[in-house]
Amino acid sequence: MSGRDTVLRAVRKALTDVPRFENPGGPRPPHGHPTDHTGPDIVQLFSERTAEYRATVVRVPAARAAAAVGDALARTGARALVVPPGLPADVIPEGPWTLLDDTLPLTPGQLDAADAVLTTSAAAIAVTGTVILDHGPGQGRRALTLLPDQHICLVREDQIAPDVPEALSRLDPYRPLTLVSGPSATSDIELDRVEGVHGPRTLDIIVVAAT
Amino acid sequence: MSDRDNVVWLGTPAFPEAARAALADTRLRANLRRATATIRDKRLAVTAELDDWEELRERAAAVKRHTLRHLDHHLLRLEEAVTAAGGTVHWAADAAEANAIVTRLVQATGESEVVKVKSMATQEIGLNEALADAGIRAYETDLAELIVQLGGDRPSHILVPAIHRGRSEIREIFLREMGDWGRPAPDGLGDDPRDLAEAARLHLREKFLRCKVAVSGANFAAADTGTVVVVESEGNGRMCLTLPDTLITVMGIEKVLPAFADLDVFLQLLPRSSTGERMNPYTSLWTGVTEGDGPQDFHLVLLDNGRTATLADEVGRQALSCIRCSACLNVCPVYERTGGHAYGSVYPGPIGAVLTPQLVGVENTASLPFASTLCGACYDACPVKINIPEVLVHLRAEAVEAKRRSRLLPTAEALAMKAAGWVMSSPKGLAAAHRLAALGARLVARDGLIGSLPGPPARWTGTRDTPAPAQESLRAWWRRTKAVNETQGRTTAEEEGRR
Ligand code: SF4
Repeated sequence: MSGRDTVLRAVRKALTDVPRFENPGGPRPPHGHPTDHTGPDIVQLFSERTAEYRATVVRVPAARAAAAVGDALARTGARALVVPPGLPADVIPEGPWTLLDDTLPLTPGQLDAADAVLTTSAAAIAVTGTVILDHGPGQGRRALTLLPDQHICLVREDQIAPDVPEALSRLDPYRPLTLVSGPSATSDIELDRVEGVHGPRTLDIIVVAAT
Repeated sequence: MSDRDNVVWLGTPAFPEAARAALADTRLRANLRRATATIRDKRLAVTAELDDWEELRERAAAVKRHTLRHLDHHLLRLEEAVTAAGGTVHWAADAAEANAIVTRLVQATGESEVVKVKSMATQEIGLNEALADAGIRAYETDLAELIVQLGGDRPSHILVPAIHRGRSEIREIFLREMGDWGRPAPDGLGDDPRDLAEAARLHLREKFLRCKVAVSGANFAAADTGTVVVVESEGNGRMCLTLPDTLITVMGIEKVLPAFADLDVFLQLLPRSSTGERMNPYTSLWTGVTEGDGPQDFHLVLLDNGRTATLADEVGRQALSCIRCSACLNVCPVYERTGGHAYGSVYPGPIGAVLTPQLVGVENTASLPFASTLCGACYDACPVKINIPEVLVHLRAEAVEAKRRSRLLPTAEALAMKAAGWVMSSPKGLAAAHRLAALGARLVARDGLIGSLPGPPARWTGTRDTPAPAQESLRAWWRRTKAVNETQGRTTAEEEGRR
């Protein structure tokens, strides 16, 4: 007998008390949110909450996006910037940095040696201060936002969902998804919070006003 | 059960002896007290932010309970969805089968090393040891797990497994052991947590870039889409889930959720209950394989290993709803004093006291259901509303019954435990019973001790001096002092918010 048959048989034997007519699909509690945890200004709330988790947050009009990216790169002194395929050219600032295009996939070694990566995002969550990547055009495959030490992420105001349920309902579950809430952190040593263990240690979020 | 199984650590003394040793260790107790109090306060602050917290708990509990009642149905849906998305599903009835499957999968890649991201399921089955027997080195990549692995040690907390170690000890372990495992610790390493984290980053980065195979656990899996979820903080999870060519995920069968949409409650409940954050730094979700992004070979191993035995018990079944947040550990007065090692299992604390005996058979861990004061704090904290005191009392009756079967003792003790069952299953009944006991016992106590009693309790009291119950029951005391903590927690958080 295969492991599959053994396990399934054991599960069924364990559940003989469950009436046969009980519907496995229900009764299901309704989805959605009984109460709204956001205030009137969800963009403001998103900015505050991401900043609380030690991300650097700025709000700019669309015309200032590239300049804000340039400021973030200048602040850390980044020299090599990874740009994913599909990133709009008008958000990439002129400057002393070299651009590493991932159209022909970069090696993990090249990504590891790069200083920063610039991406767009798929959605964001105000209440939790989270940006969500679905790794589509402009965001790059997952390794891009993992190995460089600085991640600069553009979020359009209209991409910010109030809370977790609304954000999840905007996503395509068949794409790889990464939820990012502040830079990586650990509290494993005497519960002292240390920012930045393995992921990017610097997270810059640029909230771009809807045009 | 093979001797490599880690659900219970063989050779560990029973809880009372182990607890006595832990209690004598004052540094351990100080670490634990600080740790549990810190997380407790953070958790209270962020759960108080959501005015529908109770509704979220209710919904999560309802989803979990209902899913468990139709587990076969949802597992088959999950298998179909994962397969359709390009993954391969394996089923393992016990630890030995799971270890054999993973070993075979790693061997098929021709690799002799794997990176691992924190997974209680693989600890439970003793996967690292099984892989070592096959000549495969498994590297733990979670900072705390790394400390535990390099120190040749065992985890003591679900969330912060190395909480029993201080910074200078960790520094010593890194300096001594890192070189044997790969990149040595930098010369002149200090004991600042920042420096220690940096040493771990450098030590592990070369492994992430080199290893072709990763082994992970899973927090959730959605049966409708086949999406698997890993919730983490450090980014080691993302490394393991993204960089290697092959990903093997070992998941207990109880982790399945009916639908992707169900994640909405659990992604609100888990981080807030666990680390006391509104959201943990990184959550990864993936569905099968994605061309050109991440591992191109994905295996999901569904693990039973005692879970169906737990499922068969209509009272104990609810323990399988556990999402491993560790909130029950942090509020438990017994855990706070004894620490995780005393439970002698990979699953410590209140959840361990109900899960471990069920996974391995109550006759093998007879002292664990007694490792609790039944104060009920764990039930109040649990985001999926597992009634831990109810299960504990139920298991106590079974433990006593098992002892009777093996020794043919009279059953008065068993009957008393059974009778306690209905009292304990209702918080009101429990509180009333405590008050009654306090009254009744002081009537027979002399010098604060209850000596031998006549009648059926004689067998119990004949062998032990029972301290007379305090005027205030532990439950009442805990509620009172916890209420103080709660207020302090909020104040701290508010102050931080103003800063
Ligand atoms: S039993 Fe409840 S509180 Fe304890 S770890 Fe599991 S989910 Fe968390």
